[in-house]
Amino acid sequence: MAQVLSQAPTSVDTEAGWRTIWRQLRRSPMGLAGLCMLAVVLFMAIFAPWVAPYDPYAPVRARIDTIYAPPSAEHPLGTDDGGKDVLSAFIFGARVSLIVGFVASAITVLIGGLVGIVAGYYGGRVGGALMGVTNIFLVIPDLPLYVVLVSLLGPSIWNIILAIILLSWTGTARLVYAQVLSIRERQFVTRARAIGASSGYIIRKHILPLVLPIILAQNALVISIAILSESGLAFLGLGDPSLISWGTMLNFAFGRGAVSVGAWWALLPPGLGIVWVVLGWTLLGYVIEDIVNPRARTHHLM
Amino acid sequence: MSDTQPVLEVTDLQKRFAVPRGVLGALRGAPRRSVRAIDGVSFTLGHGEVLALVGESGCGKTTTGRTILRLEQATSGEVLFEGKDVLKAGGRQMKALRRDMQIVFQDPYASLDPRITVGESVAEGLLIHGIGTPKDRQERVREVLAKVGLHSSQVNRFPHEFSGGQRQRIGIARALIMEPKLIVCDEPVSALDVSIQSQVLNLLKNLQREFGLTYLFIAHNLSVVEHISDRVGVMYLGKMVELSSREDLFREPLHPYTKALISAIPNPDPTARRERIVLQGDVPSPINPPSGCRFHPRCWIAREVCREQEPAFEEKRKGHWAACHFAGQF
Amino acid sequence: MLLDVRNLTTEFTTPEGARLRAVEGVSFTLGRGEALGIVGESGCGKTTAMLSLLRLLPAAGRVVAGEVLFAGDDLLRLTPAELRERRWRDLSIVFQGAMNALNPVRSVGDQIREAILAHMPWPRDKVGARVSELLELVGIPAWRAAQFPHQYSGGMRQRAMIAMALACNPQLVVADEPTTALDVMVQAQIIDLLDRLRRDLDLAMIIVTHDLGVVAEACQQVLVMYGGRVAEHGPVERVFAAPRHPYTQMLLKAFPTIEHRGAPMVGIPGSPPRLSDLPAGCRFHPRCPLAVERCRVETPEPRAVGEGHVAACHLV
Repeated sequence: MAQVLSQAPTSVDTEAGWRTIWRQLRRSPMGLAGLCMLAVVLFMAIFAPWVAPYDPYAPVRARIDTIYAPPSAEHPLGTDDGGKDVLSAFIFGARVSLIVGFVASAITVLIGGLVGIVAGYYGGRVGGALMGVTNIFLVIPDLPLYVVLVSLLGPSIWNIILAIILLSWTGTARLVYAQVLSIRERQFVTRARAIGASSGYIIRKHILPLVLPIILAQNALVISIAILSESGLAFLGLGDPSLISWGTMLNFAFGRGAVSVGAWWALLPPGLGIVWVVLGWTLLGYVIEDIVNPRARTHHLM
Repeated sequence: MSDTQPVLEVTDLQKRFAVPRGVLGALRGAPRRSVRAIDGVSFTLGHGEVLALVGESGCGKTTTGRTILRLEQATSGEVLFEGKDVLKAGGRQMKALRRDMQIVFQDPYASLDPRITVGESVAEGLLIHGIGTPKDRQERVREVLAKVGLHSSQVNRFPHEFSGGQRQRIGIARALIMEPKLIVCDEPVSALDVSIQSQVLNLLKNLQREFGLTYLFIAHNLSVVEHISDRVGVMYLGKMVELSSREDLFREPLHPYTKALISAIPNPDPTARRERIVLQGDVPSPINPPSGCRFHPRCWIAREVCREQEPAFEEKRKGHWAACHFAGQF
Repeated sequence: MLLDVRNLTTEFTTPEGARLRAVEGVSFTLGRGEALGIVGESGCGKTTAMLSLLRLLPAAGRVVAGEVLFAGDDLLRLTPAELRERRWRDLSIVFQGAMNALNPVRSVGDQIREAILAHMPWPRDKVGARVSELLELVGIPAWRAAQFPHQYSGGMRQRAMIAMALACNPQLVVADEPTTALDVMVQAQIIDLLDRLRRDLDLAMIIVTHDLGVVAEACQQVLVMYGGRVAEHGPVERVFAAPRHPYTQMLLKAFPTIEHRGAPMVGIPGSPPRLSDLPAGCRFHPRCPLAVERCRVETPEPRAVGEGHVAACHLV
């Protein structure tokens, strides 16, 4: 026995943990690509004042030849409708878009996941009531409510985040609820009950890890929705007027004739920025899901 | 073989499930109906004894096992485990009882969490009950895995890396590590290949002898039960119809249903084709069981009295109980 | 001879691009009114062999060699249109898991009707009469045609699946694990039914099963597979009475019966090999108590050990 003990690799009680995820992530080109894509944007957003050639919040005296000026050595991505440097606006705009995306999705997934797990695991009246509320939220059409909420609360970035959370937690809740319902009936949950495990233990140890992939995948989706919603609201003129986001950039560019003068440099960067973040997060989420769910990797024939 | 006090005493156990009548049904005022999954089952189980419960699906054998462990809530009746009332035990008391009563499931894969290593799964019971230090637990896991014929180097593997038979060994190890007194084996070999079934049955039998374990062994196949049980109870539509020692049951079944079950066991020897009794039709719905003896519509010796009067579950011979008006008269 | 399968060999391509041989060199012949049982443990290739000869393999699988001659035509060389034409009219399938194979939202009669109309443009009343006839044939009262699968018991669903397979009067019926997951008594009923249909309708039948009891009671020929290859093949009485391959011998010993009371059961140690990790030489040698050096290096070819009886073992 002692001999066997000494050669056995690792302990029984420790969890797989983040180290394993990182080790496997490093081996996946797709995951690494996603990670790098996000890292670039994050770096850009955090160090915006140092990275950006100009301060986009500083007033500029626009002249006719600096409005929608094409890319040049001075302005690598040209200028916008106010004669400001598009590159700098793009770099600063990443901050708002990322904050909205990350904060809104994190809270959304937290609320949705919690509601879904509680409703699914306890079921009965609690579950029924929670899912009833969820269904009410689910049938409200998104865009009109956004518009109403933001115009009522005032167009600040936090109100936009609040509106996004209010409208998107239900999707996560429903997905998690459905999954928990089926996991609850799985035999290993019954077994855990048979050995005397508490509900808290069962949720933590057996249910959460199995809904985590869904939550992560959902998180990627909500980030995209949040960034797009913010952009959409800003595009409709309901963005935070004191801040530059990719959405407000698009809004101004569209509203002030960028299309008609063919100033593609004012439209393309914010549009591509949104696509870039969404894509990066999707790639990363996909790989993480694959890692935390070992069953998905098996091929039964082998 | 048995001590004075039995390990398990089940008295008149009943379990009813409500049949959902739906919104429309409720509006129409349809009567509330219920399925009597178990309808008054009683038996005792002595120390170191193996009692098999056999019957077709829907006979209530699995529900009986689960109700005894309180994985389902009993409707009425009494379950005494070493004299302690299981059905009335409070939270802490129940947790303590759960240490002594373990279960091995039919589908070993479904009862293992796919993302938890085998070592963790086996140690889980100890962890939940706060037994031992992590190091003790590791050592226990290795001991128990060795006992069920797995290698201790496999502790960090995931369930999907094991074959069906190995997974069932893991399932057994998880029960064994708690040093239980009673193990409910819920069709532990039904999902396995024939070649593996016998490995697992032999393992269960050896462990039972070595540790003096008591098994409630649930199966749908009498041939499996033949090798492991001391006594056999046959269930039909929520009721026990026959209960006796294994020898008596196979040598001289008293209930026609038992006789039919024995004759239906498939035999791989084509030269020894016995006269088979193949019952026609299906098991009737437990929502609306037949009057009198529940078996009468499928019974070939049924007479008028069977339709009208429910036969009592009586000791027809010493230690051999049956519920039939014409027990043994085929 | 209705069906002549020669040297059937199937490979799977894994997502990583490796090629695994799931079935290798399976051959047998089958006449009308005859049933063949294909047996083995899970993963032995019996289901893949069946799907190969029916050309129902999943996308990753491909038949790489062999012929499946059905009434003289090679099924493997038919065009998809020709194959569709032949399926159900000439050969049909009873799938495993009757609950999943039936559509839960359509009545059973409707689904049988669909199977008929897909192949024969019959008038309405004729189809209706045929549905009733089929149901009665498998022992279901005709009025239950209007019911839905969930109103059927497990045994009745399996009967309904068999009725559907018989819809177009096929010559060959292939049944995949027809008794798995059924109760003992229902199993016995289904075995009796298959046996009766084979005799009454002069059907050729292939029954894929892991249950030797089913083979003993419903088949005339048995083909024992191990690791994708034929271990033993021959008439049921001969193979079961005097099995020549150690695998068959052990499989029969392991089968739980009530004949050897109380004696410890004999299992087969270890588990069947994985396709990705097939042992060299005889695929059974790691589990075989009789294995000698030769078994480790040289793959045994099936050889005749009696009339119509072959075994692939160096020691026979």
